Amino acid sequence: MKPDFGYSINQSQKIDLDQTPKDVAAFVLRFEPSFAICIGCGTCMATCSAGHFTHFNLRMAQLMVMRGQIKKIHEDIEKCMLCGKCQMLCPRGVNTRNVVLAIHRFTHPLSRT
Amino acid sequence: MRERFIYDPFVLPFMAGFIYILIYLFAGIIKTVKELPYEDRKKLGKSIFSRKIFVSIKEIFIECLIHRKIWKRNPVLGYMHMSIAFGWFMLIILGHLEVQLYCPDRVKLPYFPIFFRYFMMETETTLKGSLLFFLMDFFLLMVLTGIGLAIYKRINSRLMGMRRTTKLKIGDSIAVYTLWAIFPLRLLAESFTSGISGGSFLTRGFGLVFESFVHNEALIRPMWWAYSIALGAFFFALPFSRFMHIPTEILLIVLRNAGIKSRKTNAGYGNIELYSCSRCGICIDACQMSSAAHLDRKTTVYFMRMLRDEKGNIEEAAQQCLMCGRCVDACPVGIDSCRLKQNVRRSGSFHSPQQYQYIPPAETIRTDVLYFAGCMSHVTPGIEKAMRTIFEKAGVNYRMMDEGGGICCGRPVMLLGQEESAAVLIRKNTDIILQSNAKLLVTSCPICFKVFNEEYDLPIPVMHHTQYIEQLLDTGKISVNHTGLSVVYHDPCDLGRNSGGIYQPPRQVLYQVAYVMGNPNEREKSLCCGASVGNAVLTNDQRRKIARDALEKLTEEHPDILVTACPLCKKTFAGAGTQQVEDIAQIVVKAMDQ
Repeated sequence: MKPDFGYSINQSQKIDLDQTPKDVAAFVLRFEPSFAICIGCGTCMATCSAGHFTHFNLRMAQLMVMRGQIKKIHEDIEKCMLCGKCQMLCPRGVNTRNVVLAIHRFTHPLSRT
Repeated sequence: MRERFIYDPFVLPFMAGFIYILIYLFAGIIKTVKELPYEDRKKLGKSIFSRKIFVSIKEIFIECLIHRKIWKRNPVLGYMHMSIAFGWFMLIILGHLEVQLYCPDRVKLPYFPIFFRYFMMETETTLKGSLLFFLMDFFLLMVLTGIGLAIYKRINSRLMGMRRTTKLKIGDSIAVYTLWAIFPLRLLAESFTSGISGGSFLTRGFGLVFESFVHNEALIRPMWWAYSIALGAFFFALPFSRFMHIPTEILLIVLRNAGIKSRKTNAGYGNIELYSCSRCGICIDACQMSSAAHLDRKTTVYFMRMLRDEKGNIEEAAQQCLMCGRCVDACPVGIDSCRLKQNVRRSGSFHSPQQYQYIPPAETIRTDVLYFAGCMSHVTPGIEKAMRTIFEKAGVNYRMMDEGGGICCGRPVMLLGQEESAAVLIRKNTDIILQSNAKLLVTSCPICFKVFNEEYDLPIPVMHHTQYIEQLLDTGKISVNHTGLSVVYHDPCDLGRNSGGIYQPPRQVLYQVAYVMGNPNEREKSLCCGASVGNAVLTNDQRRKIARDALEKLTEEHPDILVTACPLCKKTFAGAGTQQVEDIAQIVVKAMDQ
């Protein structure tokens, strides 16, 4: 029996951008065009109420949308309390609340229009 | 005086329209009353057989006929509405009086009072006759002046204090043009007949003028036909037009006075509110999305039209609102359009059962006064700091409920329609409040204040910090000196208009610390800062436009400081220009230090 030292080989983190679904990014961009000007500075996550308790991170969500990692976003985005602090502080003027609602809408098939 | 005829085929268009509208209204009333919940129906039944009905009748007279609220807004606009409504009403009443006096046995014929002059050969030789003729002509003239103003309003609405008016749809156009046609046609019909049936200053005068160049006798019947067709067409167009508000508003007043309120569905009372919207367009100018960001078509009147016609993207229209309540305040009919929008938002939203389960269980905080800064105060730490200073100087045993960042009060999610999600946040916050054994909850944010008051079922009172500071000053727990500064106070929407009008406490505080300058946009007329959490669709550019416009209007008199009582408004105004903006708590602390 092999000894278990609590270490293992990491799973591959490779993301093939040619293979990732792009519909989520297209949907969010159509729903909230200001999403395109996000520079991922992270101001939103610095002030986030949900981020205080969890690993929820709007900056990561933005990256995941671009990469098409829908499953992970679906779990994460629901943690947002839509309080609006991130929008107030966003230096680029991204309508972050509507971005969250767009992702909600995409991951919630019944409400997708 | 004698009867010429008792029937003529020209009455048929009028009678067809009249019977159609009667059936439509009767069916509509039955449907609406059926839609009301049982307790509301009980309230309605009780109110009809109590003194409340007299209050309703008085209100119907003042609002539906005289249009007092519109008079207050603009006298010319008020006269225009009153002259048509009251003038027409008087023509109907006097017409019936004529029939009652001259041929009481014809009262049962509905068309008789309408076409009285055609059927009766009456002269003005008796006092009774000349008085009635005079009054009929007088009120006809009154309506005609109103119609004239209404036509002029289509060309230049600024005369009546309206920058923009509502665009008409087909049903509205038919109803408007037939309404405009009814009274001039009546004037012509009566003028041509005046040679036979007599008339007063208006109809007789016109009759004589026409007599000089046309043969009146030949035109009598065509004119009565035209008048009858115009009336019939108006009645047929009524249910598909804005003028449906005429009968519906009466029902709305009766329901409102019976104590029935808008509920979480738009059926019943909400439906009546919807049909009572006269699409007068007063809300277009009131809405800052229109006045500052030029989004005229996103205003309440168009949302109401879409909802009533069940056409277009209603959900999007309901979302595109600041929920500041300015249109509700401006509405002459008293329609709570924000609630109608909220109902639509609720029906279109979704909720995930696992949402917010990550929030840890409530930590027990024992204290006398619990202070909830709110999300927005965490990004404007000056307010939180000022409040801490005030609490400490007053020697109050207080603890912060959301020290280092708590959870949201729930109103932002609620405003986006996700009420089930909000319920989770409400439960979590309620646990913290109940475990604290606090005797009072103080909050700095009007958004939280409103939700704590209306949606939380708390056994302790909730105060906004403006109210609390006023109480501390009154009881002498803190004292302030006058700073000599001139300030303008901005009433936050959720503290003033949307919370039953907390206008006086902040002013009472400010009078003690600064010179408070008046502003046309204060109290009920207060402006939204544009950053409202009620609207997620508005772009940041549009928000900025609203904020700049509001800031400009508020600081016309160049005050030293613009004082507000909302962290969201403070941050927004501070970013919209160079004006110094402070929260009321901060200026109080400044006055305490001196």
